[in-house]
Amino acid sequence: MRHIISLLMENEAGALSRVAGLFSARGYNIESLTVAPTEDPTLSRMTIVTSGSEDVIEQIIKQLNKLVDVVKVLDLNDGKFIERELMLVKVKATGGFREEMKRMCDIFRGRIIDVADGTFTIELTGSGHKLDAFIESLDKAAILETVRTGASGIGRGDRILKV
Amino acid sequence: MAETSHPHQITGAEILIRSLEQENVKFVFGYPGGAVLHIYDAIYKQGHFKHILVRHEQAAVHAADAFSRATGEVGVALVTSGPGATNAITGIATAYMDSIPMVVISGQVPVAAIGLDAFQEVDMVGVTRPCVKHNFLVKDVKDIASTMKKAFHIARTGRPGPVVVDIPKDITANFAEFVYPSTVEMRSYNPVTKGHSGQIKKAVKLLLEAERPMVYTGGGVVLGDASELLVKLVQALGLPVTNTLMGLGGYPSTDKQFLGMLGMHGTYEANMAMHECDVLLAVGARFDDRVIGNPEHFYNKDRTIIHVDIDPSSISKRVKVHVPIVGDVKSVLGEMNDLVLQEKPQQSPALKAWWKQIEEWRGKHCLNYLNNNGFIKPQYVIEKLWDVTKGDAFVTSDVGQHQMWAAQYYKFDKPRRWINSGGLGTMGVGLPYAMGCQFAYPDAQVACVTGEGSIQMNIQELSTCKQYHLPIKVILLNNRYLGMVRQWQEFFYENRYSESYMDSLPDFVKLAESYGHVGMLIEKPEDVEGALTDAFAMKDRFVFMNFITDQKENVFPMIPNGKGLSEMILAEDL
Ligand SMILES: Cc1cc2nc3c(=O)[nH]c(=O)nc-3n(C[C@H](O)[C@H](O)[C@H](O)COP(=O)(O)OP(=O)(O)OC[C@H]3O[C@@H](n4cnc5c(N)ncnc54)[C@H](O)[C@@H]3O)c2cc1C
Ligand SMILES: Cc1ncc(C[n+]2csc(CCOP(=O)(O)OP(=O)(O)O)c2C)c(N)n1
Ligand SMILES: [Mg+2]
Repeated sequence: MRHIISLLMENEAGALSRVAGLFSARGYNIESLTVAPTEDPTLSRMTIVTSGSEDVIEQIIKQLNKLVDVVKVLDLNDGKFIERELMLVKVKATGGFREEMKRMCDIFRGRIIDVADGTFTIELTGSGHKLDAFIESLDKAAILETVRTGASGIGRGDRILKV
Repeated sequence: MAETSHPHQITGAEILIRSLEQENVKFVFGYPGGAVLHIYDAIYKQGHFKHILVRHEQAAVHAADAFSRATGEVGVALVTSGPGATNAITGIATAYMDSIPMVVISGQVPVAAIGLDAFQEVDMVGVTRPCVKHNFLVKDVKDIASTMKKAFHIARTGRPGPVVVDIPKDITANFAEFVYPSTVEMRSYNPVTKGHSGQIKKAVKLLLEAERPMVYTGGGVVLGDASELLVKLVQALGLPVTNTLMGLGGYPSTDKQFLGMLGMHGTYEANMAMHECDVLLAVGARFDDRVIGNPEHFYNKDRTIIHVDIDPSSISKRVKVHVPIVGDVKSVLGEMNDLVLQEKPQQSPALKAWWKQIEEWRGKHCLNYLNNNGFIKPQYVIEKLWDVTKGDAFVTSDVGQHQMWAAQYYKFDKPRRWINSGGLGTMGVGLPYAMGCQFAYPDAQVACVTGEGSIQMNIQELSTCKQYHLPIKVILLNNRYLGMVRQWQEFFYENRYSESYMDSLPDFVKLAESYGHVGMLIEKPEDVEGALTDAFAMKDRFVFMNFITDQKENVFPMIPNGKGLSEMILAEDL
């Protein structure tokens, strides 16, 4: 099953490579991994999207906790959570495509953030599913380039991951 | 030297030395080079620890590792950057796999040169990441002391392991004040020690009510110095007990409740009892693939498993357990003992019947071997070694058949006496391991049981042994084969002995003599005991004993790869 794991770790050189190395050395899947410092600059927050059987997920959580730089680990799937990802899509905006793209962008509540001769760049935020759905619904011939950030996740309500 | 000295400031190299002094380090095993010259200069000027000059960095790390295994203290090794650092890797990985607390200090090119493919530059933090508990690159002289404090703390607490501290050369020349922290606070690292009391109660209840209980203990009991508590518990409950290869000595091997080692080359009775039990108490052992064989086969029988381990990731990794207890062996076994004491357990009829069954298995005498073909049997050498040393030696081994025979036939009654590489299975550890033990206990009898393949992987250390007058006894079981490989080729590759024969061996007697040691050649079974007695009587000499053994002897019992615990091949089957 797909799991989203959030973790806080010391914001130190090499911290990311410890996590990435753990996943590759033990053969765990990584669908996406995002990392950035938090409001406390000594801490980084990471969101890892992975998949595996319950046993594998249990081992992943334990192995992450075992890394000396990792302060806290939370399997977001253990409760209610929100997942968001940002995508930028550059599309053809010529002739009939121009109106079509504006319409699709509205339906998915995206924003056109760059308009150029013959191209639009659309910014879209949402769950991974929503971004997939957007891509699916576009004419393949119109897509020039896409870039996605990978998911960020946060618990709902009083589920708080903090030191 | 970059900065000028202020009244209270000393160099990074001196800070490093003072840190080691604060940690009460008695030996540093190492080898000098460009990146650590400042450190070596500071070593020259100090008098707190002894530096041991090895002949290869791998041996420095192995010796430090063995020093730790034998004493329980953190072992320390020091190597230069680049090739010095990469030579240390096998030693670090070996310690990592067996959870041995060590601090390995490596030199690094100056900070400004990092990343420029500088002379003798290697990304030590990157290279060692998968085989250390943790590692550090120190980029400021002010961080040396606090980093060393953390390194020792991390190495010895929780599940122990090696920690690498990589220090650029310029950092060791810069000046700072020396302040050694008295405590360590790390919000990201707080290993659990005390087990969950509810779970411990449940475990004791299960053991008291079990019909076919079994205790399986490993390296964790040795590492956690919990042998006495284990003995107390096992004897109070009258339970059968087995040890892993790493756990030998954790329970006295000559006691009647001990069923011998379990696993791939474990005894018939230990493996059968492990397979047939209804309640299994696993303590500081990690259900290794060489121990339970095929997990699917292990699941064929229902049993309730209680697992005590300080590392949560050791629990339910290969085998699902029912009562997990995360905690330090000492604390958990202590609590279990207190509970058992209140119960005053009596031997139940079921337990009596279980022992009867176990005695039947034991009656197979699976370690018996034929000793009548005129060749020296390796098993016999180990038995005589036990006699001559009165079972009280530190025995190190290399990796191969000789390792298994040493484990099976030398009855270890005390922890920290059996020093070998289980997890990584590193050929070449034997001699440096013996060095580490002999430095730790200068007056003790130290025997290195080895093969002609393994000993040649760190043979250069004969020179170190000469320099420091180490009276080690090398017990070479010379079968002219990479015996363990040959055994697998005999069983599973229809006797195609591909590259497992050792041709062109040196004359080991002359070799030993050329290093200034005593060499002995033993070719007849009737000479074995006398030769061992003579060798151990030479209390201040290093003796290299070359036993020419039966070439095609095999290790039994054996669980073939992929088979289950009860599917052993016994010597009598062939
Ligand atoms: C040629 C060869 C053949 C082998 N054949 C066998 C064999 O037949 N039988 C066998 O048993 N092994 C055999 N091995 C060794 C095997 O590969 C493993 O190394 C070994 O079985 C692991 O032992 P262990 O389970 O005791 O774990 P260890 O590696 O010793 O691990 C110790 C465990 O204890 C835990 N621990 C550490 N400190 C504490 C503490 N203070 N409190 C609580 N828990 C703690 C750790 O977290 C870890 O889980 C063989 C190796 C070789 C090279
Ligand atoms: C460094 C290393 N290389 C290869 C192996 C694989 N290996 C395991 S046992 C063995 C043979 C060891 O031969 P020897 O030292 O003569 O011991 P014997 O088995 O004959 O007693 C080999 C090659 C290993 N364990 N370690
Ligand atoms: Mg051999």
